[in-house]
Amino acid sequence: MADEKSNAEAYWKANVRLITGCLIVWALVSYGCAILLRPLLSGIPVGGTDLGFWFAQQGSILTFIGLIFFYAWKMNQLDKQYGLEE
Amino acid sequence: MSQFAINILFVGASFALYIGIAIWAKAGSTKDFYVAGGGVHPITNGMAIGADWMSAASFISMAGLIAAGGYANPTFLMGWTGGYVLLALLLAPYLRKFGKFTVPEFIGDRFYSRTARMVAVVCLIVASLTYVIGQMAGAGVAFSRFLEVDATTGLLIAAVVVFFYSVLGGMKGITYTQVAQYIVLIIAYTIPAVFISLELTGNPLPPLGLFSDHSASGQPLLAKLNEVVTALGFDAYTAMVDNKLNMVLFTLSLMIGTAGLPHVIMRFFTVPKVADARWSAGWALVFIGLLYLTAPAVASMARLNLMTTIYPDMAGQVENYDAAATNPIAYSERPDWIRTWEETGLITFEDKNNDGNIQFYNNSADFSERGWQGNELTVNNDILVLANPEIANLPSWVIGLIAAGGLAAALSTAAGLLLAISSAISHDLIKGAINPNITERGELKAARISMSVAILVATYLGANPPGFAAQVVALAFGIAAASLFPVLMMGIFSKRVNNKGAIAGMLSGLTFTLVYIFVYKGWFFIPGTNNLADTPDNWVLGISPLSIGAVGAIINFAVAYLVSKSSEEPPREIQELVESVRYPKGAGGAVNH
Repeated sequence: MADEKSNAEAYWKANVRLITGCLIVWALVSYGCAILLRPLLSGIPVGGTDLGFWFAQQGSILTFIGLIFFYAWKMNQLDKQYGLEE
Repeated sequence: MSQFAINILFVGASFALYIGIAIWAKAGSTKDFYVAGGGVHPITNGMAIGADWMSAASFISMAGLIAAGGYANPTFLMGWTGGYVLLALLLAPYLRKFGKFTVPEFIGDRFYSRTARMVAVVCLIVASLTYVIGQMAGAGVAFSRFLEVDATTGLLIAAVVVFFYSVLGGMKGITYTQVAQYIVLIIAYTIPAVFISLELTGNPLPPLGLFSDHSASGQPLLAKLNEVVTALGFDAYTAMVDNKLNMVLFTLSLMIGTAGLPHVIMRFFTVPKVADARWSAGWALVFIGLLYLTAPAVASMARLNLMTTIYPDMAGQVENYDAAATNPIAYSERPDWIRTWEETGLITFEDKNNDGNIQFYNNSADFSERGWQGNELTVNNDILVLANPEIANLPSWVIGLIAAGGLAAALSTAAGLLLAISSAISHDLIKGAINPNITERGELKAARISMSVAILVATYLGANPPGFAAQVVALAFGIAAASLFPVLMMGIFSKRVNNKGAIAGMLSGLTFTLVYIFVYKGWFFIPGTNNLADTPDNWVLGISPLSIGAVGAIINFAVAYLVSKSSEEPPREIQELVESVRYPKGAGGAVNH
């Protein structure tokens, strides 16, 4: 019983770590690259404008899609690893 | 065949398809009605979420908004997609594991409080009703433009179709019609975009075309667009925005608002497993992304097309943009599509200096040295998508497709919202509070009756929109962000937040947000009752009322935490409930108890 409990706790900790990592990337591409850091990235040209503009119009959406699939894939691994899958 | 006949054919065929699906997917139990039986495949669900999510506003208005604002308006693109990351990581899998039918039900159980559940019901109904009025009104307008009936008749036809498949099939009927509607709307959106991208850049993929060279001038498309619009006194399309705080908060409000909207969350209850909830969020964003990656391309290309239609000298290679910008076309030589859309009032022309030419420029710029006495052409933002096929000279069946697509976008979102409202009434209000002993058959009947009433109310308000209907972004997203999202997240990620904390958090976040909105937009949106003019100089720290939901959410989190900390821990069984939603094992289907 104690093992089961610590196993579940370890699973939850791993999940929260994974979520934190993903949300850092999420914030970095949208609030970072597309808005706050755009002036810093203005030296990198992309199709007639700069990288920050690309992140605002496309890059962040593409990253979001990648993030969700990465998280879903990684969580499936964690579910199995900790024996908590359905 | 006339354009009218083609439009009737496309819209009629799509409606026949939706009704056919409704008959096939009739709901036999409350489980069918609320969660489509709980066996929807994650890809199917992703597609249904796409249609559920993308409203008349995404389909018709978003590209126009981006075209008008350029870089200043990507908040909509990021805000309305970034919320899915929050859903997938923070809410959807756990709420699916919880395995009940509605969002207020989770709040009520987790915070062991009927009050909390009722506050959630009220927030849900206000947010969803505001949202659905816009959809119904949008459907009416689409009808009147493409099918030559008046808007009220159009609205009634739309209501009858929605009535048919949502009352009969509930979530089950809505799921499969939404899949069909997604396919209709995405085809309708992308076909004209592909043609316009080919014409302007030679690249058949609009998102790539956006960052390619403009064929006629050899310059990058966006560089070309910047030159054209600045020569006419507009801000550069890709110009930086100074008020970054407001931009960040606006994007954040839209993101957490998206994640907190019950009609979207509910769709995640329909998949068989917790893992499927995660996958379907990913698929949803793929399907939504197809439109959201196309929209900014449509925006910039349509804007360039519009400018060079009025100023043909600017179309090809240009030596001197300022010189080219002095020579607009004569009103008598305007293209046919301008004539067509003038009839709808969405494009208007007023020859202020009586020279017979169309001076189209930023009205706040001073071009009096050119003999111009003000901007003469007013173009409604919605034109860019609606008139896209005509601007790009596409065959008339594409226009029929746009009509069917716009209606699909409006109806699919309306149905999802109506289901959220009716299940809150039949499941949370009637079964949860008024008559807990209601039978399964009785509840199904109650669900159908409340759905019918919700449709009647939405139809009436769609025909006679109250002042608040125009405030979807402020009201629906503000409420979802400030009240629902924080308590849902705390309910999962904290075992310590208790009933008192949740109620205090929801009420303070909600009150703060609504008061801030009312101060600038009028109390209960009654014109003239605002305390301060809704202009950037009056906003606290430059934060617009549309962006305040994010601040409301922070207040909700802080109050809930402090109040919980200073009162007793939640009971043992509630802490166990929180544990159980965290682990996928043993989810089973969504159940009714």
